[in-house]
Amino acid sequence: MLGAWEYLVKHPEKLAGWALEHLWIILVAITIAIILGVIVGIYITGRGKEHMADTVLYLAEIMMTVPSLALFGLLMLLLTSVGLKAIGFLPAVIALIIYGQLPILRNTYMAIRGVDPAMIEAGKGMGMTERQLLVKVKLPLAVPVIMAGLRNAIVIIIGIAAIAALIGAGGLGAPIFRGLRNARMDLIILGGVSVSILALLVDAFMNQVERWVTPEGLKRR
Amino acid sequence: MMIKLDLVTKVYPDGTEAVKEVSFEVEAGELCVLLGPSGCGKTTTMKMINRLIPITGGKIYINGGDSTKMNENELRRNIGYAIQDIGLFPHMTVGQNIGTVPSLKGWPKAERNKRAEELLELVGMNSGEFIDKYPSELSGGQCQRVGVARALGADPPILLMDEPFGAIDPITRVRLQDEFLKIQQDIKKTIIFVTHDIYEAIKMGDKVALMKEGQLVQYDTPANLLYRPKNEFVEDFVGADRALKGLQLIRVKEVMTSSLPTVKADEKAEAARERMEQEGIDWLVVVNDDGKFLGWVGKAELGKGELVKEVMNSSAITVTVNTVLNEALSLMLSSGANNLPVVSKDNRLQGVLSFDIIRKALTEVSQRRQSE
Amino acid sequence: MRRRVILIGLLMLLVGLTIWITNLEWIKEGVYKPFTWGDIMSATISHLEMVVIAELIAISIGVPLGILVTRPGLRRLATPVVGGVGVGQTIPSLAVIAIMAPLLGFGLNSAIVALFIYGLLPIVRNSYAGINNIDSAIVEAARGMGMTRGQIARKIELPLALPVIMTGIRISTVITVGTAELAVLVGGKGLGLITLTGVFSMQPLTILQGAAPTAALAITLGFILERIENSMTSRGLKVKAAMA
Repeated sequence: MLGAWEYLVKHPEKLAGWALEHLWIILVAITIAIILGVIVGIYITGRGKEHMADTVLYLAEIMMTVPSLALFGLLMLLLTSVGLKAIGFLPAVIALIIYGQLPILRNTYMAIRGVDPAMIEAGKGMGMTERQLLVKVKLPLAVPVIMAGLRNAIVIIIGIAAIAALIGAGGLGAPIFRGLRNARMDLIILGGVSVSILALLVDAFMNQVERWVTPEGLKRR
Repeated sequence: MMIKLDLVTKVYPDGTEAVKEVSFEVEAGELCVLLGPSGCGKTTTMKMINRLIPITGGKIYINGGDSTKMNENELRRNIGYAIQDIGLFPHMTVGQNIGTVPSLKGWPKAERNKRAEELLELVGMNSGEFIDKYPSELSGGQCQRVGVARALGADPPILLMDEPFGAIDPITRVRLQDEFLKIQQDIKKTIIFVTHDIYEAIKMGDKVALMKEGQLVQYDTPANLLYRPKNEFVEDFVGADRALKGLQLIRVKEVMTSSLPTVKADEKAEAARERMEQEGIDWLVVVNDDGKFLGWVGKAELGKGELVKEVMNSSAITVTVNTVLNEALSLMLSSGANNLPVVSKDNRLQGVLSFDIIRKALTEVSQRRQSE
Repeated sequence: MRRRVILIGLLMLLVGLTIWITNLEWIKEGVYKPFTWGDIMSATISHLEMVVIAELIAISIGVPLGILVTRPGLRRLATPVVGGVGVGQTIPSLAVIAIMAPLLGFGLNSAIVALFIYGLLPIVRNSYAGINNIDSAIVEAARGMGMTRGQIARKIELPLALPVIMTGIRISTVITVGTAELAVLVGGKGLGLITLTGVFSMQPLTILQGAAPTAALAITLGFILERIENSMTSRGLKVKAAMA
């Protein structure tokens, strides 16, 4: 513990570097994951797409059980075969996007399907088009649930991003692995503690965001 | 005396007095309604009877015995319990749910099944169809029925019912109330029935205990509660005025019973007795040869003489087909009679108006009012 | 039906990938020594061993713990326990594993302790939720009918909570199979050894030789536990799910 503290005092810029790397990679990944997850999630709520929705959701569910190292390996293989850089940022970001969009996709779908049919009926009764229904009724009602999925997704990918240091993506996983290889306990503690703090902080922040974006009327239930 | 509450008090550790020195007695076979606004302590009072809530002052006697001296689980197994949220066990079939207390009491399986079948039929459900279904496969009304059947599981002499028909639509509720009253005529349980609905109380109760802020305000028959309210709170709560206005709109001819057993004044008392036994009632209307109303004769008086006219009670209190119900009712209350003869201008008997009929009309009026 | 096809397809893909890589000629002639069938098999078995030991400990501690904090006397412990579980689940698995090195040193025991701790969380959470989320009317009805505390626990609460508890065990097991790969870093054994050899030599095919069977293992265990969960769930609870 003491060693980790000394290291931090001596090289604060290193920790900052790892943390920024970590944040950057999850930021890029989650941005794309939100867009993808919400779009796919909305798309499969469409009429006549029940079978497709079932397939996609089940695949998503299974994918969540596939260990991240398997996906890293597969991505490295695929990227090499198309002549792209197989280690570092690219495979890491792609893997994070894939994992990150699963909870978002699932929650988007559940939330939109879960909107009270009476409200949809009311919307239709007032002459809303399908698109207006989606934008004015379904999405606002679904936002809290989608945000819960987003929060879940971020926590998951912070953890996976740490593992991604193994394939050269940097971030807070880097000191952990370096410490483990060289039996440098100070580095292990520094990396382990700071990635945990990062996850807890981001989770608390997202909890707050979730409250902000919930429409006033939905808060008291 | 089946149930006796003696200065029953509930004080919570934080000092809140939920129930203050409530005393009343319920006879065997009576249905006693605990009525009052929410927070008046009616449910607390009921739950102290089966000791779901421990009593902090006073005594509750069940069948003469101090309830706190009994084993609480034994006590509860002998008191049927039905609540508004029903609380059917979702992982058990309808049959298993009804058989819960019998199974706790160690009844053999065959006997439990037989009992469950009987009870399902009693509450108007086809036992073959429903006994193996799960609660999630039933409608709200069916769940309520099963809830009542389950409370009757081990044939307990006492039933506690906490708004058992509360969570269902008004139409089904009325039907369940009617059916339950019919069942109660056969099973004659001693029942404590909690509700906040004055109309349900009037309809269901032999006695009504109206509570306010933990205290018993009036313990009386529904009629007295309605028309002899003890104080302003009772008057406001039962809304007697509103109910009476409803009764003004109904005339006797719309609700009276017109086919009725009569006996002529010159007939022998023995003949009257036979007729009563035939009809399964204990009173007859006495008329003369022209069918004009003369009075009443009850079973108890028959032995006192040879001819009906010697033992009958003559009466001059009558109503006509066009009397409005609230007048008929005040006549009933002032004379103390439970039944009034309906006669034509020349005193010819046309029908009978009973208190039960008025009571039924009252609930119908109020329900119509509620649905409007 | 469709789900079964997806499941089997995915499993075949993962197993096929493993077979293909293991039988590749050129990898055998390359710089890196490839793993043989024997290696993969024994790694799979020791992987399973590690997971099973960690899970058995996690279940035998997690289920009673989750249930105990719903009991009247211990209810005040529920908030810290459930809160702690929430925090624990937010912490990345890598951090939990890595921190074992300074705490317990390198070795199989550190690996198992790490897996046990991380696997404990979903089990405690679901055991608590399974009991705590039972409709209070149901418990009150049982009390009102004269069931003793023990009877209520045995006949009402446990059967109703069982599906939720089983879900917790399934989630925990599936997660543990994946995290066990990383547990190799602090001295664990199993398929992670193959995967990490691939990682450190930047050989995607070797990574997959370890990771693909791991994924197959996770999916298969998840499927088996789901079946068990289903068979233990009262039909009355399933009908509800179907109607909702």
